[in-house]
Amino acid sequence: MAKRLDINDLNLYYNKFHAVQDVTLQVHARSVTAFIGPSGCGKSTVLRALNRMHEVIPGSRVEGSVLLDGENVYAPGVDPVQVRRTIGMVFQRANPFPTMSIRDNVVAGLKLAGVKDKKRLEEVTERSLRGANLWEEVKDRLNKPGGGLSGGQQQRLCIARAIAVQPDVLLMDEPCSALDPISTLAIEDLIAELKKDYTIVIVTHNMQQAARVSDQTAFFNLPEVGQPGQLVEIGETGKIFSNPSQKATEGYISGRFG
Amino acid sequence: MTESTNSEWRSAPPGEAVTPPGEAGSTLVGGPEEPVSPEPPTPPEQPGGKKKVVRLGDRLFQGVATGSGIFVVSIIAAIGLFLLVRAIPALHANEANFLLSGQWRTGDPENMAFGIVDLAWITVASSLVALIIAMPVAGGIALFLTQYAPKVLARPFAYVVDLLAAVPSVIYGLWGALVLAPVLKPVALWINGTLGWIPIFADGNVPANSGSNVFTAGIVLAVMILPIITGVAREVFERTPSAQIEGALALGATKWEVVRTTVWPFGRSGFVGGAMLGLGRALGETVALTVILSYTFEGPHYSIFDAGATFASRIALGSAEFNNHLTVGAYIAAGLVLFISTFAVNALARWIESGSGKGKK
Repeated sequence: MAKRLDINDLNLYYNKFHAVQDVTLQVHARSVTAFIGPSGCGKSTVLRALNRMHEVIPGSRVEGSVLLDGENVYAPGVDPVQVRRTIGMVFQRANPFPTMSIRDNVVAGLKLAGVKDKKRLEEVTERSLRGANLWEEVKDRLNKPGGGLSGGQQQRLCIARAIAVQPDVLLMDEPCSALDPISTLAIEDLIAELKKDYTIVIVTHNMQQAARVSDQTAFFNLPEVGQPGQLVEIGETGKIFSNPSQKATEGYISGRFG
Repeated sequence: MTESTNSEWRSAPPGEAVTPPGEAGSTLVGGPEEPVSPEPPTPPEQPGGKKKVVRLGDRLFQGVATGSGIFVVSIIAAIGLFLLVRAIPALHANEANFLLSGQWRTGDPENMAFGIVDLAWITVASSLVALIIAMPVAGGIALFLTQYAPKVLARPFAYVVDLLAAVPSVIYGLWGALVLAPVLKPVALWINGTLGWIPIFADGNVPANSGSNVFTAGIVLAVMILPIITGVAREVFERTPSAQIEGALALGATKWEVVRTTVWPFGRSGFVGGAMLGLGRALGETVALTVILSYTFEGPHYSIFDAGATFASRIALGSAEFNNHLTVGAYIAAGLVLFISTFAVNALARWIESGSGKGKK
């Protein structure tokens, strides 16, 4: 549980288009790392490369390595399906399976992994929903479809679904961008709790959010339109927001561009 | 001004106003008079009149749209009525039980005895054989085209499948009778020999090696309805939200598990709807089955190796007999049953679709 990630010389492509260039950074275990930067700078692309979701898009290509506690997830012979079971993901838009009940949504990952034991599934359902701060709200309607919940509840359901398989790392791609402030706060509180057990990487457009929830922040930027996105700098969140070493970071954070 | 006169016009008939329809052109004259006229007409006019501004374009479009809707419904109703009106005298003259008899003796209008049991059996059996074969194949093709095939391959392949629908049904009939039937002979004999103890695979009313039976007909029908089912299924599978597919992938689902957890639940009702459309086509298919199925006077043995006629092929075969009102009426009665059953199949398709739609939300 809760492993570290070492990303080395990561280059990402969509067909001929070079999307991200030479990213090298470390993600510490049991901490929150935030990726910030203007739209199109490749931060979501990098995030999706960490659990090999990047290659789902036809024509995409990856160079470099991503080490999960020293094991390269891109090593030949590594099954991407297995990687995704150990590195969970939460998306920008809550995407519970609409035909499944709340309970089935939570344990969907476990069922895919072949767990059939009813008692175990029950336990995981409750533990995960409690972990996602959703248990009290849905415990009386676990058999109702997940699509009937509010947007914020659906997103927490997706987080419950992601943590039900007890992943080593949890990736979050702008998890609050479609939510109202109250639901956002609920998710942020949840992230603070989850980092006790999980390694979390979060992409966000909301800089206050990055400042509130993360321990270290990586700033990505696009040198020019048409050029690949780059990692400008990464450092302790406090330092990035108060005293960044790069001009571009300072400009972005102070709202001069982006 | 014009608006208020319009609305007065619209509410005039119920209010028993003075203006007859002939004065439509003279609203300007009639208009100003109305407000001055005593109370009774005004109160009902004001609530509806002041709020609703109906533009000419909207009204025109609404009229055209409503008209088209009514037109279609009335055409269908007229066909149903026609069938009913023509069928009733023949049914009165019928000496057998129309619903329970299997014979078909319509040559002499004075002495007719006809029933639909045999026709219904051949029709339903061949359509069901077709559906049982076509549904999994069509589902598989649609899943392959939408989920597995590379884009370069998917397009031409889909086009080829669609092309199957463009082949005239008489060609299918010839192909079935001349090419497929001989090829299927050993298969039919094997099924009949090994599984003959199951009634549905037992000896039919023609020898199992004749090839001109429900088995062959069903397979040909399966090919014929394949493009319909595949087309519908492809469309619904394609529309699976990518967010859901990615959600499943991110949980560590394999390709097949993605299909099982997202694509299939999402597209199932549409797929069944497509299958019902195919069934509708299979039930009504005429020429191909007329060519394939051999004619026999012996009643069916309720096996897939039966031969005989379906509703539609019976009507086609009987066209030489259409020389008096009552004989034609007998065929029309058979047509009426076909009409009603296709209607029922479509209604069933709707019901299934709405049923599983409810499960979704």
